[in-house]
Amino acid sequence: MSEAVAHSERGPLARIRVMSGRDARAPKDVASRHAVPLLLAAPLLLFMLVFYALPVATMLMRSVSDPVWSLSHYAGLADDAVFQKVFWNTLYTSVIVTLGALLLGYPVALALVRTRRWAPLILILILLPFWTSVLVRSYAWMVLMGRHGLINEALLAAGLLERPLRILNTPLATQIAMVHILLPYMILPIANALRQIDPSLARAASGLGATPFRTFRQVILPLSMPGVAAGVLLVFVLALGFYITPAMVGGPREITLSMLIAQQVDQLNWGYAATLSAVLLATALAIIAACYRLPGIGNAFRMNTR
Amino acid sequence: MTATRFLPAAVVGLILLFLAFPIVVVVVVSFSSATYLTFPPPAFDLRWYSAYFGSEDWLRPTWLSLWVAAATVVLATLLGTLAALGIARLPRALRIVAAGLILSPLIVPVIVVAIGIYYAFSRYGLVGSPIGLVLAHTCLAVPFVVTSVSASLAGIDPRLEQAALSLGATPGGTFFQVTLPLIRPGVLVGALFAFITSFDELVVALFLSGSGAVTLPRRMWDDLRFQIDPTIAAVSTLTIVLTVLLMGCAHLLRRRAERIRTA
Repeated sequence: MSEAVAHSERGPLARIRVMSGRDARAPKDVASRHAVPLLLAAPLLLFMLVFYALPVATMLMRSVSDPVWSLSHYAGLADDAVFQKVFWNTLYTSVIVTLGALLLGYPVALALVRTRRWAPLILILILLPFWTSVLVRSYAWMVLMGRHGLINEALLAAGLLERPLRILNTPLATQIAMVHILLPYMILPIANALRQIDPSLARAASGLGATPFRTFRQVILPLSMPGVAAGVLLVFVLALGFYITPAMVGGPREITLSMLIAQQVDQLNWGYAATLSAVLLATALAIIAACYRLPGIGNAFRMNTR
Repeated sequence: MTATRFLPAAVVGLILLFLAFPIVVVVVVSFSSATYLTFPPPAFDLRWYSAYFGSEDWLRPTWLSLWVAAATVVLATLLGTLAALGIARLPRALRIVAAGLILSPLIVPVIVVAIGIYYAFSRYGLVGSPIGLVLAHTCLAVPFVVTSVSASLAGIDPRLEQAALSLGATPGGTFFQVTLPLIRPGVLVGALFAFITSFDELVVALFLSGSGAVTLPRRMWDDLRFQIDPTIAAVSTLTIVLTVLLMGCAHLLRRRAERIRTA
């Protein structure tokens, strides 16, 4: 999905603002100046309201109105062992995946920005999986990690194993596949931040006698932090909502919040499913709100928050 | 130039291999002659492709997905382009509210959107119907159209529209002869994104497909629950080719538009 999010270093709303400033000078009366834009936006706003916002809001209301108006569903979460296990597992998985993506993503972003000759190839290797659907990529990891999958066959053939390892349907499988799927969301914002660093700063540092490593650590790394922050937030928030990948390659006992929600809907426990949905949504929004003031985040999510 | 010495090319190469390898494996497996998954394949064979093209069970969902995606493109591009034109001229407070509503599907976890829509649509008989899927997919696709069109709108030199107006063009004529041609790449990129968003969408389809409107991702999901025969690899390879072609087009279009804008 959100390629637009990753590419929104200069969010559309920032540009929109410039345009309306120009329009404000047009000598027309206020009412008709706003009537036409409103009429243009109205069909979509109405559509989104009817087919998206109201359905989601009505569903979430079930968390306080099912079966009678009360906060008992939320109060119940405090000693709901299943919920707590699933919630912590979802957070834990998101943290591990974010760290993994940062660790693997930063060097690639650096290489993408630094090499002129290999940049097109590197970009293709990043975008090729990025453009492939999550379902297909999760399936690819099933093929690789299965009992008779490529990883096991290769390790057996090399004599490193005597019996096939159980990789598929473990938390590790979920983590590997999710890092793979979310890695481009980490690489692209970091590469964007690196690209904006004035190259003369690095030249000045080395001219003043800094070793290349020191230049990196004291000049490049701090200046790339806005990109890191944007990538970390993006990957973490997207990881929180993962459903397809953990359901396909993950362990049967380590389920995520999204999977628990789907399960509860299947059993028609709408009140509980709505409560879990509200918790998932609130967690994602709280994390975005908490990070919003950090430098760089305004860039990543600008179009959504301003 | 400097720091690359400290990040040996080998490390970056391995990470890139990690990124691309799974895709390559799926493509290779799809051409395998073996009935189960072995790698490398014992021999080259197109049997999984003929299995796919010979099976109504696979072709019906494929056509449905293509139809749903096409209808989503029409609806999302039309509504999204109009809205982008309007939002650009709204006063600030209204603009924030409108953009917040339209772009929020990018942030709200898709499972929440999916069950919310399922909850409402099940009361109006829209579960198991392609129309329900089109309506839901349009909501998910619209943010991409609006961001893409807004970006090209912001890149337009306002003097071009002013010149047309001062030379006697009507506001309508100015829109169709000046503004629309200038934002066409943005509209096209948005449409391509809308297509892929719908064509690849699974979570909403899991709830809305029912038994009457099984999309291709839904069919693949059902198949993976029971067996993993390489027909799925063939289907995957075909969808990889389709999405990479379309996204490649979108990427080149956007790059060209940016180059024109900055020139």
